[in-house]
Amino acid sequence: MTVDETIRQVLAEHGRLAVPVDSLGDDTDLFGAGMTSHASVNVMLALEDAFDFEFSEKMLKKSTFESIGAIRTGVLEMTGG
Amino acid sequence: MTASNVKPMTRAGEVASRMAAIADEVAGPAADDVDAAARFPTETIDALKAEGLLAALVPIEFGGGGASLEEVSRGLVALGRRCASSAMVVAMHHIQVACLVRHGRNEVLQAYLQELAEHQYLLASATTEVGTGGDVRSSICALEVTDGRFRVEKQAPVISYADDADAVLVTARRTADSPESDQVIVLCRPPGLELEQVGEWNALGFRGTCSTGFILRATGDAGEVLDEPYADISTRTMLPMAHLLWSSVWLGIASDAVDLARRFVQSEARRKPGTMPPAALRLADVTVVHQQFVDMVQSSLARYAAAGTDADRLSSIGFGVGMNALKVSSSTLVVDIVRECMLICGLASYRLDTPYSLGRHLRDAVGAALMVNNDRIMANNAQMLLVLRGE
Repeated sequence: MTVDETIRQVLAEHGRLAVPVDSLGDDTDLFGAGMTSHASVNVMLALEDAFDFEFSEKMLKKSTFESIGAIRTGVLEMTGG
Repeated sequence: MTASNVKPMTRAGEVASRMAAIADEVAGPAADDVDAAARFPTETIDALKAEGLLAALVPIEFGGGGASLEEVSRGLVALGRRCASSAMVVAMHHIQVACLVRHGRNEVLQAYLQELAEHQYLLASATTEVGTGGDVRSSICALEVTDGRFRVEKQAPVISYADDADAVLVTARRTADSPESDQVIVLCRPPGLELEQVGEWNALGFRGTCSTGFILRATGDAGEVLDEPYADISTRTMLPMAHLLWSSVWLGIASDAVDLARRFVQSEARRKPGTMPPAALRLADVTVVHQQFVDMVQSSLARYAAAGTDADRLSSIGFGVGMNALKVSSSTLVVDIVRECMLICGLASYRLDTPYSLGRHLRDAVGAALMVNNDRIMANNAQMLLVLRGE
């Protein structure tokens, strides 16, 4: 699976979004799509498990998880990809 | 109140001392009646309005007092000592004002802020909703915006002092199609505001907050909707401000209890000079805990001030955990301290007709853990701690 496919799978399983993950664009606001802050914590935990890394303290903020594009940037930064 | 009878605005530097004076001269003498009748503390709020103190947090350029949060906190401690119901009303009002000051960027809201300072409007809040199980971060009601006008109807289980407020800040879903978590906050005010009371407020404590339920129906200018998502306003302003200012009120309750306990022990000491009163050691103990409370509120205020408007810092997990910890700690400490002070003063505090009576203090104090239940706050922290780094 590509990075994007994994991110979308994690969002489908844990994001509790009000819309199908397939309908999300790269920049779609995930919080606007119904992801709660609680769900974002689970998304983060699942991403760390899927990519085998830990987000750094400075990345633990809402903007890191606001869109698929933002998540990809964060994941790639932390995994050196 | 018209602009002409508003006295000159109390400015930063004088705010805390003027609030303390009103606490002593007006709120204290009225406190027992406010409590007994479960009525709004009209005389206290009018006295604050007469000195411009409801706009203490409004910047000077908007006609307000330009006071710091720290100064308002000190004023609330003083007010909380004399009448915790009055202090809670004023705290809740300032929390709403702060949301407008920090997030009401458009022209409509900026003009309103000036109007608020000029006329000393009192703001209330409708964040909870029937059917959401107490979760303020989700809404069922939704805004309908057509032709530049909004419309909203909300079943609010609690709107404190709604009948005496000049406007209500209301949370709702952004649109009828938005998920429950996609909320905005909107300023609702006359003539477009209609409140239908549901039930009565007859509670153990904080009786003067008049926290009854209402069905709220409002229409207004779409410019009265705050631009930023409520999630951000809540994280950066409403939640930390609420926990800081509520804690200040509860510190006031605890501080007055400790004062009474100290006076009680001193009167015992005067009766038998040379003999240490039995409760003196317990007073020393409770004074240690009280100092922890004072220092915790001050350090939390400093932490919030240091974060400024830095969105990343304010929305960081560590900051959120800390602000929640403040609320849980202070709502627990206030009960602990009042109970200890009752052990010190003995039956004199249990009776309702002595100068050392702590009945109202205790009844008010136990409400602190329930208004936004500590269990809910701890569940939020438990969730955040799953991902907090120790850095």
